[in-house]
Amino acid sequence: MKYDVNEQGFYGEFGGAFIPEMLYPNIQELKSSYREILREDSFKEELSSLLKDYVGRPTPLYFASRLSTYYGADIYLKREDLCHTGAHKINNTLGQVLLAQRLKKTRIIAETGAGQHGVATATACALMGLKCLVYMGAKDIERQSPNVSRMKMLGAEVCSVHSGSKTLKDATNEAIRDWINNPDDTHYIIGSAVGPDPYPDLVTQLQAIISKEIKEQMDGLPTHVIACVGGGSNAIGAFYNFLEDESVKLIGVEAGGMGVQTDKSAATLALGTRGVLHASMSYLMQTTDGQVIEPHSISAGLDYPGIGPLHAYLHDCSRVVYHNVTDDEALEAANRLMKLEGIIPALETAHALAYLDKMKFTPDDRIVINLSGRGDKDMNTYINANF
Amino acid sequence: MSTLKKVLETKKEGLLNIYCTAGFPELNDLPKIVNALHESGVDMVEIGIPYSDPIADGETIQKSNAVALSNGITIDLIFEQLKDCNPEIPKVVMTYFNPVFKYGIEHFCKQCQSVGVEGIIIPDMPIGLYQASYEEMFKNYGLSPIFLITPQTSKERLKLIDDLSSTFIYAVSSSSTTGKATAGLSEGNTYLSGLKGLGLKHPILVGFNISTSNDLAVVQKFAHGGIIGSAFIKYLGDKSSPVDASKQFVKEITKG
Repeated sequence: MKYDVNEQGFYGEFGGAFIPEMLYPNIQELKSSYREILREDSFKEELSSLLKDYVGRPTPLYFASRLSTYYGADIYLKREDLCHTGAHKINNTLGQVLLAQRLKKTRIIAETGAGQHGVATATACALMGLKCLVYMGAKDIERQSPNVSRMKMLGAEVCSVHSGSKTLKDATNEAIRDWINNPDDTHYIIGSAVGPDPYPDLVTQLQAIISKEIKEQMDGLPTHVIACVGGGSNAIGAFYNFLEDESVKLIGVEAGGMGVQTDKSAATLALGTRGVLHASMSYLMQTTDGQVIEPHSISAGLDYPGIGPLHAYLHDCSRVVYHNVTDDEALEAANRLMKLEGIIPALETAHALAYLDKMKFTPDDRIVINLSGRGDKDMNTYINANF
Repeated sequence: MSTLKKVLETKKEGLLNIYCTAGFPELNDLPKIVNALHESGVDMVEIGIPYSDPIADGETIQKSNAVALSNGITIDLIFEQLKDCNPEIPKVVMTYFNPVFKYGIEHFCKQCQSVGVEGIIIPDMPIGLYQASYEEMFKNYGLSPIFLITPQTSKERLKLIDDLSSTFIYAVSSSSTTGKATAGLSEGNTYLSGLKGLGLKHPILVGFNISTSNDLAVVQKFAHGGIIGSAFIKYLGDKSSPVDASKQFVKEITKG
């Protein structure tokens, strides 16, 4: 497919593996084996059986009738929030844990922002009996404490990261450093479609099941698919199998924070310039001297100054259009979904929902929103919002 | 001939390269530190250009980067400060790909040349990208790329790195980030004792995790020299005068 990564690990000029020599053998090992392993019958059978019986796939594509009436268009929700652990993240972690086993790795490390990827990693490791260490920014540990407890209950060790902005970016740095120091027995499960080649493609392939199912569940094509974007794993999963269906409008929604005109935002494509973060060329929020700017979003999972390289490419070739919504707009959209549909979404997902308020609809519109996660972890924020 | 090449040609063993983070501990300390190291007989200096997300660095150098950035260091200011450093001591810079990319790689190379920097270490710059896009540029500005090798680097890759090098090769003592606490380097370390037997054309300097005079003596015995970073940064951070600290550190690390 024309949007797939090339042999050098790039999407157009984005991607690549900007890694220190210490990581070269690990990345080479992964790059030379992941495609083959993902194609093995035994891998496919094991993963699809787990996705069905353990995760609960296929997740429903739910026609949200009251939300549809409110906006005057047909709106469907892809219920990734109903996955085991409450978000799409487990699609990736189960696949990568099976991959790690085949690479004979006995120790798993991960980074997490909102804690959803951390919980999904801890879950997959508990299931497989693997040692698990999750790096999490000290600020995120504070604002997402229920997920910290979950990870610990599942047997994972949670390591608090105090460098930089104490959020997702810094947790990712720390996980990379851990991998440099433990190259032999450890597999690093990146939680988003970011990082050095082959991670963006690996995560994309494992999340693509979302759009594969949407296609099977819908009668005909949707007119729009909308998803929130931090690093971009739920979005690329929801978009992937529609990339070549040019009639389907694909919309990514970034976290505008307090607004892109303020210095409290995480809207990378609105505010970023080209550069390398976490070993891949993409857009990132940075100073004129190439120092990474600490982002802000009410949602820990979108509080990231970069974006996956495939999204950067899809943005530049205009296949996907990216917008952003503010913290307040996301809260309002979360409240609306609670009241109209009886669903409490994750704050991340609320950003995708908020974009509905900015759209103009025609009666033929059939819109799919990727409901990437549920909102249990965000109770404190929702309680303080006094809905 | 460049000062770096001259040093490498005249002194074939026992080389000492010391790393310091520009802008640390105080904003304008770089020239004082470099000149004090020169007076103390250090053979070359590696100047760290701070970056917000230094993934190959351990806690000590990360913190020095963060302090330097909050002190207000910029790449342009570092080039200004380098003009006040003694031209006789060979200088290489160490940073990450993003700051150089954002600054403009050619502009960066030009500035390096104008202030007498002769080598660049960018640990996260892919070798293939260097060959395809920057090799000519580095040559045009008289800059030597300095690549890292590790105990896991394959023979073919070692040869490629050797062919692309023009001054020295930076061997990492073990696969780790910088300044990782270890039990110390010993003469029984087979990676280190095998370095000269790799048959590389260029001299090898060993860095990462050299924190005592004994560690330094071990790497100077098995390779052409050693590079010290975290141990010096830690020492600087604990002392009030960077000039005295630099001189004292060199005295201690080279004793025995």
